[in-house]
Amino acid sequence: MNIVACVKQVPETTEVRIDPKTNALIREKGIINPFDENAVEAALQLKEAHGGKVSVVCMGPPQAEEMLRGCLAMGADEAYLICDPAVRGSDTLATSYTLALAVRKLGDVDLILCGKQAIDGDTGQVGPGLAERLGYPQVTFAISLEMVENKLRARRVLDDFYEVLEVKLPAVVTVVKQINEPRHPSMKNVLKAKRAEIITWTAADLEADLTQTGFDGSPTQVIQVWPPEKRAGGQVLEGEPDEIAGQLAEIIRGMQIAVG
Amino acid sequence: MEFTFTEDQAAVIAAVKEFCDEDLAPKAQETDEAGCWPAANVGKLGELDLMGIPVPEEYGGLGMDFLTWTAVGEELSRACTTTGAVYGAHMLCVYPILHFGTEEQKRKHLLPLAKGQHIGAFGLTEPNAGSDAAAVATKAVKDGDHYLLNGSKIFITNGGEAETYVIITSSDPSKGVRGLAAFIVEKGTPGFEFGKNERKMAYSSLPNRELIFTDCRVPKENLLGREGGGFLVAMRTLGVGRIGMAVGAVGLARAALEAAVPYSRQRHQFGKPISSFQAIQFMLSDMATELDAARLLTWRAAWLKDQNQPFEKEAAMAKLYASEAAMRITTKAVQIFGGYGYTKDFPVERYMREAKLFEIVEGTSEIQRLVIANHVIRELGG
Repeated sequence: MNIVACVKQVPETTEVRIDPKTNALIREKGIINPFDENAVEAALQLKEAHGGKVSVVCMGPPQAEEMLRGCLAMGADEAYLICDPAVRGSDTLATSYTLALAVRKLGDVDLILCGKQAIDGDTGQVGPGLAERLGYPQVTFAISLEMVENKLRARRVLDDFYEVLEVKLPAVVTVVKQINEPRHPSMKNVLKAKRAEIITWTAADLEADLTQTGFDGSPTQVIQVWPPEKRAGGQVLEGEPDEIAGQLAEIIRGMQIAVG
Repeated sequence: MEFTFTEDQAAVIAAVKEFCDEDLAPKAQETDEAGCWPAANVGKLGELDLMGIPVPEEYGGLGMDFLTWTAVGEELSRACTTTGAVYGAHMLCVYPILHFGTEEQKRKHLLPLAKGQHIGAFGLTEPNAGSDAAAVATKAVKDGDHYLLNGSKIFITNGGEAETYVIITSSDPSKGVRGLAAFIVEKGTPGFEFGKNERKMAYSSLPNRELIFTDCRVPKENLLGREGGGFLVAMRTLGVGRIGMAVGAVGLARAALEAAVPYSRQRHQFGKPISSFQAIQFMLSDMATELDAARLLTWRAAWLKDQNQPFEKEAAMAKLYASEAAMRITTKAVQIFGGYGYTKDFPVERYMREAKLFEIVEGTSEIQRLVIANHVIRELGG
C-alpha cells in the first residue's frame, strides 16, 4: 500500500508574525501542523498492518526540511519538499493544484492522507481540493480507518453523529486529532532521519503551469490580518469578602449602568 | 575546551526532551502516587532506544557515548524522577556486562538489556555490607559446572521487576575484597527469590527489594570477570553509578528551579511579584549557579569516561556536589513556594523528599568525601 501524507509547517502559535506587505504568515520557526502529524501516524499504522511505503509531501520554505526529518524519524520512508518562489503565497486552490502534481509525479499511490485542516489558515480545503484535482473519492474528518477487503472503511466524525463510509482506492482522506496518538520517534530513527535525503522539487520539476501556482494562481487575496487586541487586565480587589463586596458595589454604582 | 554537543547528541537530547515534556512530565505526580512499577514509562524507554545509549549497535544499543546517556538522564529525571531512577539503575547492570562480559555473555544478556526487552539491576548492598564491600556475605561456592549462591541483598533498585541481575558475591571470604566474584543471575533461576519491598520517604513507585539466594545454582558461564575480580566489577560499576546519581540529582534540581522561577513571578505580595525581592532573587541565583556547577561536574566525569581516562575522583565529586546541591535547591524551592510548597498540591515538597536519596545511595556523601580525599592526598601529598 503506497500512502502519501501531506504535511504543512505552521507557526508555533505563540510566535505568529505577519508580513505587513503580503499579509502572509512569516514562517520562521515552525512545527508540523498537529492534524498532519495524525495523518502521518495513520499512514504509518496502515503501512505496519498492510505493508507498503509512506511518503511525506510538503510544500513550503527550506526551513520545512526539519519538520520533514521529524516525519522520517517517526518512520516515513521518503520525504519530498516542494520548494520554489513560484509557489509562494499559494491559496488553497493553488496549493491543491501543486500537491496534485506532486502526487501524480509519485505515480502509483493508493491513499493520500491529510490533516482535517491547518491550525494557521484553518480552511480545511486542501484535502478536498486535492481529491477534486486528482478525481479521487474523498472522506473528510476520519476518526478511524481500516481496510476491508480492497476498500477503505472510514468512520467520519460530524457535529451530531458518526458516518461510516467505504471508498475504493485511490482516495483522499482527511483525519481528525482523535484518530490516533502520534508516536515519539526512536533515537535510531532520529539519527537515521538526520542523515536521510530530503528530495526537493521545484515548480519546474512538477511541470507546473505557473499561472496556477503561487500568488498568480491564487484567486484568494488576504486583504488584512491582525492579531486580536489584547484584553486589558482586569482590576483585582483584595481584602475580606465583606470589604470586597462593598468595593465591588461602589464600582458598579460608579459605572452608571442602568439597573432595573 | 568544547561546551557544545555534536549534532547527533543535540538531536537525541531534543527528541528525548519532547518525549519527556509530552509524555512523562504531565503524569509524573500520578506515576509517583501510583505506588507501582511504571511499566508504561519503562516500556517507552525501550521503544525509544534509550536503554542502551552507550552500548555498541551490534549489541542492540545506540552506539553513542556516556555523555549522551548523561544528558538524556537529566531530561528523564527532570520530567519524572522515578523513571530517571529506573534508567540509572538499569545502567548498573548494562555497564558491567558491557565492560567485563564475554562475547557470549554480551550476546545473551546485554542485547536484550540494551534493547529494553529486559530490565537490569545491580546487587552489592547487604544488611551488613555496602560502603564496606569486603564484608559481602553472599557466598558463591563452585559446584561442578555451577556456583551455589547463598545470602541476600537489600535495597536493590528495580529488584523484582528486572530480568537480569549483576550480583556481587564472595567466593573466598578469607581474601576479603580480593575474594569477591560477580555473577549474572536471571530472574526465575531456582533458589532466587524476592523479599521485602522497602517503604521509603519518597519514590513509592520505585522498587527497592531484597534479593534472597538459597542454594541458587548459577551456571559457571555467568561468572562476570574472574573469581576474585568482583571488587573491580563493583568499583567500576559504582563509578558509573555515581555519575548516574549525579545525573538524577541534576535533573531533579533543574525541575525544582524551573518550578520556582515562574511561581516567584506569579506570586504577589505587597503589591509586587516576589521575584522582585532580593531575598528571592538571591535564592534563585544560588540555585541556578549550583545547578550549573553540578551539571558541569557531571558532564566532565562522563566526558573523562568517554575518553577512557580515570574518572573515579571526578565521579565522586560530581555525585557529592550534585546530590548536596539538589538538597539545597529543592529546599529553597519549597521555601520560595512558602505554605503552598509544603502542600501536596505542588510538586516541590516531593522534590525535596526525593533529593535526600541522592545524599545516601551509591555511596553516602561521607564516602564520596573519603574517595575524593584519598585521591587528593595521593596526588598532592608529596
